[in-house]
Amino acid sequence: MIEYREIDGRSGGFVALLAVLGALILAGLAAAWTMEHQGHYITGMSNRIVWGTPHVFAVFLIVAASGVLNVASIASVFGRAPYKPLARLSGLLALTLLAGGLAVLVLDLGRADRLIVAMTHYNFKSIFAWNIFLYTGFFAIVALYLWTMFERRMQGYSARAGLLAFLWRLILTTGTGSIFGFLVAREAYNSALLAPLFIVMSFAFGLAIFILVLMAAFRWSGRALGDALLDRLGRLLGVFVAAVLYFVAVYHLTNLYIARQHEVERFLLLDGGVYTALFWIGQVLIGGVLPLALVFAPAARGSRNALAGAASCVIVGGLAQLYVLIIGGQAFPQQIFPGKTVSSRVFDGVVAGYAPSLPELALGAGGVALALALTVVALKLLPFLPRSLADGDLESSAA
Amino acid sequence: MSPDRRQFLAWGSAAAAGAALAPGLRLIELVQARSPEAAASALERWGLLIDIAKCSDCDVCVSACNEENGLSGHGRPQTDAHWIRKVELRDKRTGYAQALPLMCQHCAEPPCVDVCPTGASFKRDDGIVLVDKHICIGCRYCVMACPYGARTFVHEALSGQKPDVPRGKGTVESCTLCVQRVDRGETPACVQACNRDGASAMLFGDLNDDASEIHRRLRSEPSRQLRADLALNTGVRYQGL
Repeated sequence: MIEYREIDGRSGGFVALLAVLGALILAGLAAAWTMEHQGHYITGMSNRIVWGTPHVFAVFLIVAASGVLNVASIASVFGRAPYKPLARLSGLLALTLLAGGLAVLVLDLGRADRLIVAMTHYNFKSIFAWNIFLYTGFFAIVALYLWTMFERRMQGYSARAGLLAFLWRLILTTGTGSIFGFLVAREAYNSALLAPLFIVMSFAFGLAIFILVLMAAFRWSGRALGDALLDRLGRLLGVFVAAVLYFVAVYHLTNLYIARQHEVERFLLLDGGVYTALFWIGQVLIGGVLPLALVFAPAARGSRNALAGAASCVIVGGLAQLYVLIIGGQAFPQQIFPGKTVSSRVFDGVVAGYAPSLPELALGAGGVALALALTVVALKLLPFLPRSLADGDLESSAA
Repeated sequence: MSPDRRQFLAWGSAAAAGAALAPGLRLIELVQARSPEAAASALERWGLLIDIAKCSDCDVCVSACNEENGLSGHGRPQTDAHWIRKVELRDKRTGYAQALPLMCQHCAEPPCVDVCPTGASFKRDDGIVLVDKHICIGCRYCVMACPYGARTFVHEALSGQKPDVPRGKGTVESCTLCVQRVDRGETPACVQACNRDGASAMLFGDLNDDASEIHRRLRSEPSRQLRADLALNTGVRYQGL
C-alpha cells in the first residue's frame, strides 16, 4: 500500500519559492495589462509575426500538460506498477501546466475581455473552437481521474478513467498540432506530420518537466527517491527524445524531396540566421543529442545530475523547437508568387524581423510560474506525493 | 439664322434636355442601388479583375483605400494597417518586372473563415469576406491562415475613424471591398481611383451577372487566381501575370 502525504509547506524555502513564483505571476499580469492598454505594437509582434514568444510558452505548456499525464497512463492503461505511485503528481501537473498555458494564450488575445464571446460563439470548422472543448474536457476528465485515485470507493473506476484521459489527451495534442498542420497558407506548416510530432513532443516535454518537479519536490521535502525509478524514467525520456528526432527528420526529409518546399527548408536548415541556429544548436543538439548522451552514456548512468541535466536540456530544446516552428514558420515569407522575387513597402518577400520583447517574455514566464505555483500549493493542500519512493518501498508496494 | 444663333440654340436645347433627363437617370441609379436594409444576396458575387499590364507605377489605389477607410498609420510600417498594397515582382530567371495591387482575394472558400473560432471572420452571401468587429477576440489565427498576407491586426488605439467603417484596437481587419460603397451601388475606392487616373487596371463587378463587363472579360480573356493550387475560388482575378 502506497502512503501519500501532503508536503509540510512551512519552511523558509517553501515561502521563498512561492514568493518568487508570485512575483513572476504579477510581472506576467502587469505585462498583459500593458499590452492590453498600449496595444500589441509595444511587443516584438507585428502584422507578419502575429504569434510571438507568448505563443511559444503557451504551446509548450499545453503540449507538456498532455504529455505529463503519460506517467499516470503508463500505470493505469499499460499496467506498469512502478509508475502507480507517480500517477497523482502526473495528473496534478497535467492540470496546472494546462492552466498556465491557457492563461498565457488568453491574456495575449487582442480582446482578452471578450473571452466570454469565445465561450458563446462557436465556429465548429475551426480547430481553435475544437480545442476550447478539448481543453475544458481535459480539465474535467483529469479531475475525475484524480478523484478516482484519491477516493477509496472510486478506485475501481480508476483504470477506466485513466483510459479515457489517455485517449482524450491523444486527441487534444492532435488538435494542438493541427492548429499548425491544417494551415495551407504557410510553407513550414501544412503537414499532417505535425499532429504525431506534437504527440511525441508532448511525451518528451511532459516527462522532462515531471522528472524535474519530482526530483525537486522529493529533495526539498526530504523524501526518499529511488535510483531504480529515476533510471527507468531517464531511459523512457531518452526513448521519447529519440522519437522526436525521428519525426523531425521525417518532416524535413519529406520537405527536402518536394521542390516547392526547398526554399523553406533552406531557410530553416541553412541560412535562416537565428532560426537555423536555434534549430541545430537549440532543438537538435541541446534538445536531442545532449539529453540522449546524458541518459544513455555509460559514464552518466545513475547520475542524478545527468538526469536533471537531460530533462533541463529537453525543456530548453523544446522551447527552441517551438520558437523555430511558430516564429520561424511566420518569418519565412509566404510564397504567393513562385519563381519571382517579391518586394513591397510592407515587407513582402523578405524574412520578417522579430525580437522577443520584455512584456512577451514576462507573460510567458508568468504562465510557467502560475503552473508551478498552483502545483506547489496543491502539494501542500492534498496528498499528491508518496511518503517514500525508495526502491525498496516501491518493490513492496508493487508486490 | 446666323451660325452663332444656331449654335446657341443647339447648345441650349442640349442643356435643357440634359436638365430634364438627369433626375430621371439619377432615379434609375437609385433604383438599381440596393437599399441599405436589403440583405446581401447570393445571386451576386462581387469581384475584381486586375490587368497588370495597365497597372502603372503609382499607388493611388493604396491612398484611396486609406482615405476611404480612415486608415492612418502611426509611422510604424511593421504594425500599421494595410488593406491593399502594391507588390513588385521580378522573375528570378528572366528578370521580367511587374507590379500589382494585392488585397483580400475574397475567396469562395476562405481559410480565414474556416479557422476563426468565434465566427467573427465571415463571408457575406455576395462573396465579400469581412470581420465582425464585435465578436473578434483578436487571436490572429486568421492572419496565420490567409495565404495572401491580406490581414492586419490593429496594434494600437485608433482615432478619426469613419462612421461607416467600423474598426477596433485588438481586432483583425482586411479589405472589405469597400462594402459600404458597394451597398450604396458604388465601386470600391481603389477601383474608382485607378479609373480616375486613366489607368483602368482594376475592374469591379458582379461575377455572377452574365451581362456585366467583368463577366464578359473573364469569359473571353485569359485570367488567373493567385495560389490557384489551393482551389479557394478567389473573387479577385488577375490578367497579365
